[in-house]
Amino acid sequence: MEVFEADIAIVGGGGAGLRAAIAAAEASPRLKIALVSKVYPMRSHTVAAEGGSAAVTLAEDSLEHHFHDTVAGGDWLCDQDAVQYFVEHCLEEMVQLEHWGCPWSRRPDGSVNVRAFGGMKIERTWFAADMTGFHMLHTLFQTSIKYPQIRRFDEHFVCDLLVADGRARGVLAVEVATGEFRMIRAGAVVIATGGAGRVFRQNTNGGIVTGDGMALAYRHGVPLRDMEFMQYHPTCMPGSGLLFTEACRGEGGLLVNKDGYRYLQDYGLGPPDPWPRKKAMELGPRDRLSQAFWHEQRKGRTIPTAGGDAVHLDLRHLGRTKLRERLPQICELAEEFMGIDPAVSPIPVRPAIHYTMGGIPTDVRTATSLPGLFAVGECASSGIHGANRLGSNSLAELCVFGRVAGEEAARFAAEAGGAENGVSLRWQAQDALREAVRPLERPAGGERLAHVRDAMAKSMEHGCGIYRIAAEMEETCRTLSELKARAAEVSLADRSPAWNTEWLTTLELGFQLDVAEAIVHSALARRESRGAHQRLDPGCTERDDARFLKHTLAWNVVGGAPRIGWGEVTITSSAPGTRAYGAAGEAADHERKAAAGNA
Amino acid sequence: MPDGRTVEHITIEVLRYDPAGTEGPRTQSWTIPYTHETSVLEALQHIKDHLDGSLTFRWSCRMAICGSCGVMVNGVPHLGCRTFLRDFAPGPVRVEALAHFPIEKDLVVDAEDFVAKLASIKPYIVPKEERRLEEGPYVQPPEELERFESFSHCINCMLCYAACPQYGLDPKFLGPGLTALLHRYNSDSRDGAKDERMELVHSEEGVWSCTAVGYCSEVCPKQVDPANAVNQNKTASALDWFARFLPGRK
Repeated sequence: MEVFEADIAIVGGGGAGLRAAIAAAEASPRLKIALVSKVYPMRSHTVAAEGGSAAVTLAEDSLEHHFHDTVAGGDWLCDQDAVQYFVEHCLEEMVQLEHWGCPWSRRPDGSVNVRAFGGMKIERTWFAADMTGFHMLHTLFQTSIKYPQIRRFDEHFVCDLLVADGRARGVLAVEVATGEFRMIRAGAVVIATGGAGRVFRQNTNGGIVTGDGMALAYRHGVPLRDMEFMQYHPTCMPGSGLLFTEACRGEGGLLVNKDGYRYLQDYGLGPPDPWPRKKAMELGPRDRLSQAFWHEQRKGRTIPTAGGDAVHLDLRHLGRTKLRERLPQICELAEEFMGIDPAVSPIPVRPAIHYTMGGIPTDVRTATSLPGLFAVGECASSGIHGANRLGSNSLAELCVFGRVAGEEAARFAAEAGGAENGVSLRWQAQDALREAVRPLERPAGGERLAHVRDAMAKSMEHGCGIYRIAAEMEETCRTLSELKARAAEVSLADRSPAWNTEWLTTLELGFQLDVAEAIVHSALARRESRGAHQRLDPGCTERDDARFLKHTLAWNVVGGAPRIGWGEVTITSSAPGTRAYGAAGEAADHERKAAAGNA
Repeated sequence: MPDGRTVEHITIEVLRYDPAGTEGPRTQSWTIPYTHETSVLEALQHIKDHLDGSLTFRWSCRMAICGSCGVMVNGVPHLGCRTFLRDFAPGPVRVEALAHFPIEKDLVVDAEDFVAKLASIKPYIVPKEERRLEEGPYVQPPEELERFESFSHCINCMLCYAACPQYGLDPKFLGPGLTALLHRYNSDSRDGAKDERMELVHSEEGVWSCTAVGYCSEVCPKQVDPANAVNQNKTASALDWFARFLPGRK
């Protein structure tokens, strides 16, 4: 087996991994950085983010506003030290991207423009039309080419982490094109592999979003945190789940039911002012909007489509010129995929799984509980999203914490020394290799991979939907346990080593089943309703700070269900309060300010 | 024509190639169900999931932005995810790997040439004037952004390379998409490395290889218009060439 000696191994070449690689390269020109990605970096799912990236920019905005929007938006499950660090560093990261060439949309005077987003008090979302993630990813990827220290392993699939003496020491990867295994030894490992949305059926995610890094850490004893908080984005294409950015509403789009009625006013988000009022109606947070859809559907006020029930996203009043300038990709998606001209007709939309709020727990320096292992981006639980992420915070997170991860990994690798104990690592790599090739050696005639994968996604939607009940979650727990047994018997039609995507998808399915179990068992344990985790069981329908102002922790148990425990939430300045939007939200803000004034 | 719910059937022919196999490329056909909304990518996924797990292709985002799923559909380069079977009814629909690239397996082509060339064009800002982060963003009015913005939309899907007859003849040619990307950086008011990149433009592998067919722009799924970038650089390259003979120029 070929061995590559690196100082830092970064798994994942999306926004977070690239930003970490650049930061590490800038930290020291002598570092050897291995950037390992199962796709070419520009294919990473950061590419699909549309709306924008947050940074306090306008004079009337403040870090306190961004902090409060984020913490209240997360239903007070955020770690406030992480949020504080985050809001303080967003702006410099957005400026850094600008210096690297990101084509941010501009005002006539040549300054960077910002737009409104859901749950945000003041416009602070930097955007590049509605292709923000695409432009950020390509800017980071192309900029990374400047640094010869970054050695890319493109289209290399990571099968396992290598851990020795209680420290992360590298990864075992397989080159997709040849099936050849490579061991990458490193002084520090950064996981930046993105989310796990593909464990659900209707989702906005690319096929590669399979929770690989989460499962890798989990299998090595690192818990997964707050996994029950899966974000349903309220405006997605029925059937495929493709995303219509929140910027549609940030630019003034309306949501109406089958009667043309702005139904959000019935769910504590009104009054229905003519647009715009921030943090109200269509600019409420994603969890509330998706929950409102669920109720409208129950009331029979949605619109049936071939891809399931929908409501209408109405952009007609924005006019063709503004639509073309601000939302060109949305126009393209509606026209090409649905045959709808958004300047002429409203777009049918419905909620779909979009974002994994939980993940590998990290401290403010992106360190995990395993020394030498860092995590950043959607795969991490940095603590900034709590129970519901605000739109445009995740792109900013990639940069703010991507940089931290690169610098911290560089520091760790320098202080702790390079890879050693080569013999033990080689054994581990050999074991991991044998485990990885096992599906290739199974006899023919077993079940097809797709059957198991589809059954998993269907069961997750059933048990962990927008509203949850214990009986359905328990059913999903049982189903997943059966599916794990079935997945171990899947047989492959393709036995060749080169470009065997059937084999690699089987390995991904293993990752997905682990992550799916962590999600549903965490959901079952949280007997309250908070943010994106809403229950209908008696006694569980309200937020319960006395018992559940805690992070959920799921530990892997080999051959069994995950063990669930709890972790403290870091609260610095914002005591849990009423989470309200619309007019009620403004009243709550006044109360909060008055209370702060009296204190 | 079927609506979203009506299921019809169509035959998909795929040019297959297994590098480990003893036989050369071969065509395999499947008849599959489809609706008004079924894409070529979904057809391939259906085959892989239910009929033949060994069929191999790249894909990810499903929404025409990641650039993974370029294939030839009835001889024309397309993104599989944004190309719909309904437009080829009653079929058959022939799917092949992107033209002009070496095939690695089935519909997967070797992209290394493209990626290596991408690195060669200095695809990053070399600041005209250094600016510290504390000084904030560069000022770039919308008209300056507009000079390069459309060229920054390239998703690296390589459809234009599969369309380019010159790239088919001479793989050393920089090609349409990367000329557009080079032009994107040269046209950015923040950048100061145009002279270095123009060396590539002037070279034998640069714009002068282009025979002005314009098919690249036709197949571009993002309206990047690489042919326009190539033409603008032909003008720029010619002006540079003539300028060499003017007094005071080196």
